[in-house]
Amino acid sequence: MKLLRELFFPLVAVLAAFVLGGIFVWIIGDNPFETYRLLIGSAFSWPDGIGYTLFYATPLIFTGLAVAVAFRCGLLNIGAEGQLYVAAFATAWVGIKFGGTVVDVFGTPVNYSWVTLPAVLLVPLAIVTAIVAGAAWGAIPGVLKARFGSHEVINTIMLNFIAIALVSYFTQYHFKQAGDPILQTVPVGAGVHLPRLGSFIPGLPTRIPLNLAFLFALVACVLVYIFLWRTKWGYAIRATGANPTAAEYGGISTGKQIVLAMAVSGALAGMVAVNEVLGYRYRYYDGFSANYGFTGIAVALLGRNHPVGVLLSALLFGMLIRGGIFVDAFSGKVSKDLVEVLQAIVILFVACEALFRGSFGRFGLLKRSKV
Amino acid sequence: MTEIFTIALIFSTIRTATPLLLAALGGLYSERAGVINIALEGLMLAGAFTAAAVTHYAGSPWAGLLAGIGAGVLVAAIHAVACIRFNADQVVSGTAINILMTGVPAMLSGALFLSSGSTPQIPRDDLIPWTPVVLALLLVGVTWYVLYRTPFGLRLRAVGENPEAADAAGVNVNGVRYSAVLLSGALAAIGGAYLSIGQSSLFTRNMTSGRGFIALAALIFGKWRPVQTMLACLLFGFTEAISIQMQGVFKPWGEEIPVQFISIVPYVLTIVVLAGFIGLSRAPRALGIPYQKEK
Amino acid sequence: MLELRDITKRFGNVLANDGVSIKVRPGTIHAIVGENGAGKSTAMRIAYGFYTADGGDILVDGEVRRISTPHDAIALGVGMVHQHFMLVEPMTVAENIVLGAETGGVASLDLGKAADEIRALSDEFKLSVDPRATVESLSVGQQQRVELLKALYRRARLLILDEPTAVLTPPEVEEFFAILRRMREQGKTVVIITHKLSEVLAISDDVTVMRDGRVVGRVETSRTNAAELARLMVGRDVLLRVEKTDAAGDGAAVLGVKDLTVTARDGKRRLDGVSFEVRAGEIVGIAGVEGNGQTELIETLAGLTATGHTASGEVEFEGRAITRLNSRARRELGVAHIPEDRHRRGLLLDFDLAENSILGDHYRKPAVSGFGNVFLNDRGIRARALQVINDFDVRPPDPDLPARSLSGGNQQKLIIGREFEINPKLLLVSQPTRGVDIGAIEFIHRKLVALRDAGCAVLLVSAELEEVTALADRLLIMREGSVVGEVDPKRATVEEIGLLMTGGK
Repeated sequence: MKLLRELFFPLVAVLAAFVLGGIFVWIIGDNPFETYRLLIGSAFSWPDGIGYTLFYATPLIFTGLAVAVAFRCGLLNIGAEGQLYVAAFATAWVGIKFGGTVVDVFGTPVNYSWVTLPAVLLVPLAIVTAIVAGAAWGAIPGVLKARFGSHEVINTIMLNFIAIALVSYFTQYHFKQAGDPILQTVPVGAGVHLPRLGSFIPGLPTRIPLNLAFLFALVACVLVYIFLWRTKWGYAIRATGANPTAAEYGGISTGKQIVLAMAVSGALAGMVAVNEVLGYRYRYYDGFSANYGFTGIAVALLGRNHPVGVLLSALLFGMLIRGGIFVDAFSGKVSKDLVEVLQAIVILFVACEALFRGSFGRFGLLKRSKV
Repeated sequence: MTEIFTIALIFSTIRTATPLLLAALGGLYSERAGVINIALEGLMLAGAFTAAAVTHYAGSPWAGLLAGIGAGVLVAAIHAVACIRFNADQVVSGTAINILMTGVPAMLSGALFLSSGSTPQIPRDDLIPWTPVVLALLLVGVTWYVLYRTPFGLRLRAVGENPEAADAAGVNVNGVRYSAVLLSGALAAIGGAYLSIGQSSLFTRNMTSGRGFIALAALIFGKWRPVQTMLACLLFGFTEAISIQMQGVFKPWGEEIPVQFISIVPYVLTIVVLAGFIGLSRAPRALGIPYQKEK
Repeated sequence: MLELRDITKRFGNVLANDGVSIKVRPGTIHAIVGENGAGKSTAMRIAYGFYTADGGDILVDGEVRRISTPHDAIALGVGMVHQHFMLVEPMTVAENIVLGAETGGVASLDLGKAADEIRALSDEFKLSVDPRATVESLSVGQQQRVELLKALYRRARLLILDEPTAVLTPPEVEEFFAILRRMREQGKTVVIITHKLSEVLAISDDVTVMRDGRVVGRVETSRTNAAELARLMVGRDVLLRVEKTDAAGDGAAVLGVKDLTVTARDGKRRLDGVSFEVRAGEIVGIAGVEGNGQTELIETLAGLTATGHTASGEVEFEGRAITRLNSRARRELGVAHIPEDRHRRGLLLDFDLAENSILGDHYRKPAVSGFGNVFLNDRGIRARALQVINDFDVRPPDPDLPARSLSGGNQQKLIIGREFEINPKLLLVSQPTRGVDIGAIEFIHRKLVALRDAGCAVLLVSAELEEVTALADRLLIMREGSVVGEVDPKRATVEEIGLLMTGGK
């Protein structure tokens, strides 16, 4: 019964989005049913449909969890995008500086490394780097809010632009191979590559980039659940988000929780780097994120800021991204941008509904800060 | 050195500042009335796309501009209803509008022009390269006048600071807020239209590329006041203009200053100002808080 | 001039106004007195159209009128100065006064002309307010006069003033009364809501006394006295009885407060040199009209000094200075705190009962266990929750329910049970039975006495005079941030305490 209640409004929101999206498709002169068949149907084929859906869902699970953790503390982290960029670059840097000899874009072997670490050390080091870099970038708006009361929404937006500009600078001026027409770093060493799941699962070809990071994402769901609901830290974070004055009464330092929640949120966003850099592109590639950070907001809201919900809605959005490519290719007039339209409508509906029931609880914090 | 600081640079600064200024003034109306508007980016995109598309069909930039304004108002109405009628979180609603407006123009241009997100080229004679610039500068004065010299402006400021007091004085709080958000849609849309049918000659996917957020930054940097906001827009416009001009020319220590360092100036300044390091930038007190009676 | 007939207003479960009828004669100053929560402000906010009544009529000049917004009231010549000023602080005096009553066209806001008018009004009533000053630069007294001008500018004939003297210093009060008398001479009618009897006697022509949402007395001021009004205001027909023995009274001092002063950011003293002791095995009650420093006292003792407030003086617990300890450290020593506002402070409404039962103890056993005491111990938490639920008869007895779904009485029992769980040596308790049904009130009272008998020191604040006198072994009376007297609750009369509370003496 409780589960049904929790599922009801998200389902209504998704349904409403599909109906409105369908009307929109019909207005621009295409067949909504055919469009939705392409959009959804293409996700279920084996191995490509399922493989790619899970691959696209992976970064969304991480960013969805990131937004959810912050949300549970009463914070809106619009900065997952910047956090994952910083983490991706830092991770690539580790892979370049400790990864050993690589083959550059012109096919020549080169060594950019200081030391070549074995994979057993290098992979964990790269993952820890992703986590730490994301956490550090995420903690900045947390500290600014706890210390100066400046609003996390504006600061995270600004930090997104700063992050993207900074990593673009480092890429362009220090880590790009001269003559490479694409704005990307040199490749990371082979030792830091994460295995693709195709290497373990029969019938799943390794050309599909679904990799170990997907399993990490599943683990992250479990860990986030444990952290938020099964540890004293999670309790303090959730209490701060639910009612900061009561949390204070309960001896909880709300400022510390804000910094902690933002750091954990940033760390989760940073894990996107593991999927993209270590599991897929094997280098930092400028502009690699297809708005994963912002889609994470939709994923978290639709998933009711709970890991299980986040997982489900990330799979839905992963499916839509996969299907969008098919819509683009095979539909007459509809483009993959339909996915964004659906996403936006979902957020709008969930936002209006969430406050209907007063379950947002973030006004306590909002009131005290300057926007 | 001297070849950089020319008349051309001044004009270039004003032209780059224009879309920022129009959007920031739009944001000013909305935020001074107490409604957070991070949807400026989306509102600009709505205006940019509609203006380009209608100009293409109608052959008149004025029709395009008007249609763009209409689109901006329409999209702003979604934000207004969500925030004012349904008490939606204003930041979340704004984010949704921004995502919506990357999708809708791209889909429409795909359907109308069979392109992946851009409109056809508009002939040179159908562009309005200077009118919006003049309009933007005029609007600074107009906004100042409206804000400080008309009953509407007085009510607007009161509603954003202390809606309960305004209500007690007989002001229709939500009515004022609706008008303010719709106005912000119109102004941001003009800013967007200037990008597509003023500065360039077509709409391209995400052509605002973050200008809505820079406008928001300018609004905060300008402490939610019209003249200061204009100065902030000019400063941010200048940083963009000079970073374009400096490329490959200006080498103070043998190397050029990376564009990226100049482009982050507005964002860094905004963070610094928000934290209270350069004078206090105090937001309207009721910003972000829906007004509910008898609570 | 103004008449309320049989006004009824309900907020949720609370009947704020129950058949209230008030008649204000034209050209008089009419005082409405009563304790906080008696329904005075509600009745007057209805008259001003800020709230809509559930039943009853409003008559202006003898005719039944519909007043559903402040706009309607203003049109009928009714103005109101709220207890919390309705002013937009960064704007100027003139802007505030003109707001909502602008003259001229859409495109012009002739503040110059308005300023002249305001200056004329200001001179007429000797208010000496500069229309060009910004409101935030004015003193509280001046801001109040801006509010008066706002009403006068709108040509109000009747002015409703809600607790106008609460924010004023004694000389300012004198000045303010002079203004009110001048208004009466000019033919204006004034309604003044207050709980200070000395002021009622000094300024008013008629008095209406309210208690518990009802009118309990209507008299001409010249025919009454402070003692009679105090009895009407706070007295009860049936006195509450609590079974208890006399306190041993010879326990060691658990709490020592010396010269405690709390200053707000604006320099106003919320607590002013408060000193007292609470010994083991006694209940010290604090009586007083709400808003006279009780909140600040309890919160400061609990280690929750509000942001922007600064505290000075000494707080000792079992002879040891705890002035600098935070709330968690104080709790670890054995200081429990039942807050006055259970929704704001006491509960996480969206959390379930089990999670609420460990608020304040979530980081220590039995709430945590395992590696480094990091993980919440579900079994320990449930056991704690069930203990509280059983001991305090919380209904429904389901630890998985959200706290929001409980009635006020059960929410309160949950909080009290939680605080009792730490076996406190000192209990700070504020408004323990507010919004709680009769059965739960008796239950809570018995538990408080039992805790005292077990040797705990209890500091009890309540706006219910009846409650503190029944429970306390010693009774302190607070007014304007100071302790103004101590009485023996068994001997003192309601009049005596009422006069101390209201400064009627």
